[in-house]
Amino acid sequence: MTESSNICSQTCLENQSIKTSEIDSQFKYELVKLSGSENFLKCFQCGTCTSDCPIARYSDNYRPRTLIRMATLGLKNRVLNNDTLWLCAACFKCSDRCPQGIEVASVIRVFRNLAIDTGCIPQVFKDQIGAIFDSGYAYKIPESRIKKRETQNLPPLPKCNTENLYRLLKNTKMFKKIQLYGEVPNGLKQ
Amino acid sequence: MASSNNYLFFLGCAIPYRVSSYEVSSRKILAYFGIEIVEMPEFNCCGLPLDAIDHEVMLLLAAKNLAHAEQQGSNILTLCTGCAGTLKKVNKLLKEDNTLRQHVNEHLKEVNLEFKGTTETKHLLQFLKENIGIDKIKAAVTKPLTNLTVAEHTGCHLLRPKQFNNFDDPENPQILKMLINATGATCLEYVDETECCGAPSAGINDKFALQLARDKLDHIKAVQAQALITICPFCHIMYDTNEMRIAKLYNETYDIPILHYPQLLGLALGLKPDELAFNDLKVDPKKLLEQIINP
Ligand code: SF4
Ligand code: SF4
Repeated sequence: MTESSNICSQTCLENQSIKTSEIDSQFKYELVKLSGSENFLKCFQCGTCTSDCPIARYSDNYRPRTLIRMATLGLKNRVLNNDTLWLCAACFKCSDRCPQGIEVASVIRVFRNLAIDTGCIPQVFKDQIGAIFDSGYAYKIPESRIKKRETQNLPPLPKCNTENLYRLLKNTKMFKKIQLYGEVPNGLKQ
Repeated sequence: MASSNNYLFFLGCAIPYRVSSYEVSSRKILAYFGIEIVEMPEFNCCGLPLDAIDHEVMLLLAAKNLAHAEQQGSNILTLCTGCAGTLKKVNKLLKEDNTLRQHVNEHLKEVNLEFKGTTETKHLLQFLKENIGIDKIKAAVTKPLTNLTVAEHTGCHLLRPKQFNNFDDPENPQILKMLINATGATCLEYVDETECCGAPSAGINDKFALQLARDKLDHIKAVQAQALITICPFCHIMYDTNEMRIAKLYNETYDIPILHYPQLLGLALGLKPDELAFNDLKVDPKKLLEQIINP
């Protein structure tokens, strides 16, 4: 059983032998050009990130140090097509404590951003994209909550102009990708 | 910089979705100190949940909110540590990186907005300390909670990454403690105070999220805290909504109420539990309230 409800096909495969055919020697150069992972090659594998990581404490598979090592080696598919990527809680302990000044949590975030091209997106994120484009809010706020605001003397919720949201995002790369997921949120059908 | 007294109230998504007790109690204490609250003219999610999917979209969603505030000549006040962390981070990144700012402004032009870097975002905690002041809060306390011992949980996104936190020590946070002490209550120290609540992992792997929340509850139980004080809707959900579930799952007993800091402060200011939405809490605060009201 995987630890992250089968988002994609595999978990961290650090113990499997490496075939030269799976090495993408350009991957690290791709990464140093991206905002968040610019300096990840400075990693000297001390393991501080993994030893401070609250998720690594409980997960048998999630290891930020290992993910970075695999990326340095060019094991692009093992890094990106990997369930454990989505376990990071974004607590930023690793970023604050890396002796090499690598923003480890941002490197993981870059991996996730690249991983969505493989279509491996956990359902919670798909739901949030949909909700944001539909309403501006990351969750569908139930009618009962909106009514309850009156009884609690709370003002009406601030409104989102979804047309503006559409105009803001229509020229982004993600906007094009999102159509590929097949579930185009209502707010985007304009 | 926008005039320091001018703040837009940035509610975020999680509070209206699930944690209105935090909004009710925050508005009450801000009103008590005569702080005028202005609602956002137009709102969208701060962008944080989409950072995992696309960094650029996160930047744009955050920048749009910042630009709205700039247009109003206002700063932003937020209750959620996630929103605070994101808006502060993006504000700093865009102020310091011209290329990035230009890129973001290309997109903002489509909605007739521009990021200029003239606004500031504060989380409620920072606002209470800097804009109201601990001394003024202390002086306003009419019902000091002297027989109460509690623990604090400040939350990751307010403290880390450290380069975006300009007001507290990320390894040894003090401000929530000072604000708790101002109410007359005692704030205890415990193991792993700065550890994550686990909320971002919920929905991906509930087991790890609940383990993390359990660790926290175990640690505050060990020092006999009578309540845990939070300042973030996500941390609050993690502990308050899940406490009974965790107790059952691991065969433990806690019975530790989880209060929003404004609820604690509100009591010390003499406000009634009803006014502070105590009846919205999942972990029953009745015993605690009885002890405070009839010591
Ligand atoms: S803490 Fe930094 S240097 Fe050490 S293993 Fe992690 S990323 Fe590499
Ligand atoms: S940010 Fe992610 S990888 Fe880093 S310590 Fe926290 S959970 Fe672990």
